[in-house]
Amino acid sequence: MMNLSYYPGCTLKTKAKNFEDSAIAFMSTLGIDLIELPRWNCCGASYCLADDDLIHQVAPVRDLIRVKEQSVRGILPLKPPKVVTLCPFCYNTLKRANLIVKNDPSKKDTLNSFMDDEIDYQGEVETVHLLEVLRDDIGWEAIAEKVKVPLKGLIVAPYYGCTLIRPREIAIDDVERPTVLHRLMETLGATVVDFPLATECCGSFQSVSNPDLAAETAWNILTLAQRQGAEALVLSCPLCEYNLGFQQKLMMKKHGEFKGIPTPYFTQLLALALGAAPESCGFDQGYTDSRALLQSKGLLS
Amino acid sequence: MRVELTSEKLHGSFVAKVEEISGQDLLSCYQCGKCSAGCPMSFAMDILPNQIIRLAQLGMEVEIAESKAIWLCATCITCAARCPRGCDLSRVMEALRLLTLRKNVDAVEPSRIPEEALADLPQIALVSCFRKFTA
Repeated sequence: MMNLSYYPGCTLKTKAKNFEDSAIAFMSTLGIDLIELPRWNCCGASYCLADDDLIHQVAPVRDLIRVKEQSVRGILPLKPPKVVTLCPFCYNTLKRANLIVKNDPSKKDTLNSFMDDEIDYQGEVETVHLLEVLRDDIGWEAIAEKVKVPLKGLIVAPYYGCTLIRPREIAIDDVERPTVLHRLMETLGATVVDFPLATECCGSFQSVSNPDLAAETAWNILTLAQRQGAEALVLSCPLCEYNLGFQQKLMMKKHGEFKGIPTPYFTQLLALALGAAPESCGFDQGYTDSRALLQSKGLLS
Repeated sequence: MRVELTSEKLHGSFVAKVEEISGQDLLSCYQCGKCSAGCPMSFAMDILPNQIIRLAQLGMEVEIAESKAIWLCATCITCAARCPRGCDLSRVMEALRLLTLRKNVDAVEPSRIPEEALADLPQIALVSCFRKFTA
């Protein structure tokens, strides 16, 4: 078993519990033991882009220090210590905060001297996303060997969103042409279709202040995927699931011809394919319901 | 748009402040428009992203402060990823927002968010919105 430190973040403990649950459901099958980080705090969600503002980097850096503490105590065997995230917002914020510590000695000193109780931090912790673990540490072939329920006949469009692939210095894949979700879905036996908006922003947090505009952006994405023949949009982000899933009700009101499309997380389809019990995949808890589609393909009873 | 350029505007404290907060050289932009072409929210903006940076270069603080565009940016970083000049417009947008927010002015009033939306919105949406749009 590979022991990995795991940072869940706020949303995975509440609105996207099915994202976390479905990931945990297949971890042991793939030989991974996720150890939830003790005393984790909110990462701040959206990375602060101001050069003269360090206070908003304290929260993510403190989380990284918690990982280092685990490593110093010998709880995590990996050197350098790694922390796995599932939420792309957390991935982005933790990874970029670490770049400040690594690349700016004066800001690093300020951050360290501001935190009295924590051990000194030099940027040692590597933040990775679960998709990177699947691709780089486990590998597609090893995953393919474990597939019990191939997703035969299911036509999916992978959707990447923003925070896993932008900016370039923290991207888990090619900025303009990512393929990691494509490869994963192919490995599980699904038919993958490409569409031009796979990396287009879903509207992000604009859905709080401008829900109609965000829904229009999301509608563009969904209808284009449907035009390419997609039966489901595979996601990796809880905010994408809100904008592209929950807000479908709003889109149907405005665009009468729009028929909804299920928006499962990649973890749910992975858990299903690896033979996890259907109830642990959390298909009943999403903003959209993938069950009828999966039943029609004989993948779910 | 008819504009009046003055030395005070071009070399004034506004341009210096935007460059200081954003860490970007505003004059590195040569107006190719790639940022506006790729921006997912530009369809709803009154001033396009490339026009925002042009106004910032010229020190036109009032025009920018009155625009809706900087509050429609979702910080998706597409503009920065595609800029051939390596200018990070998402950081310029952040600096322009902060010039308002740091006067203790909110762009979003949390109490006006409908209760039913609050019940369904994921935390990352709310936290991000408050981080970007409230003082």
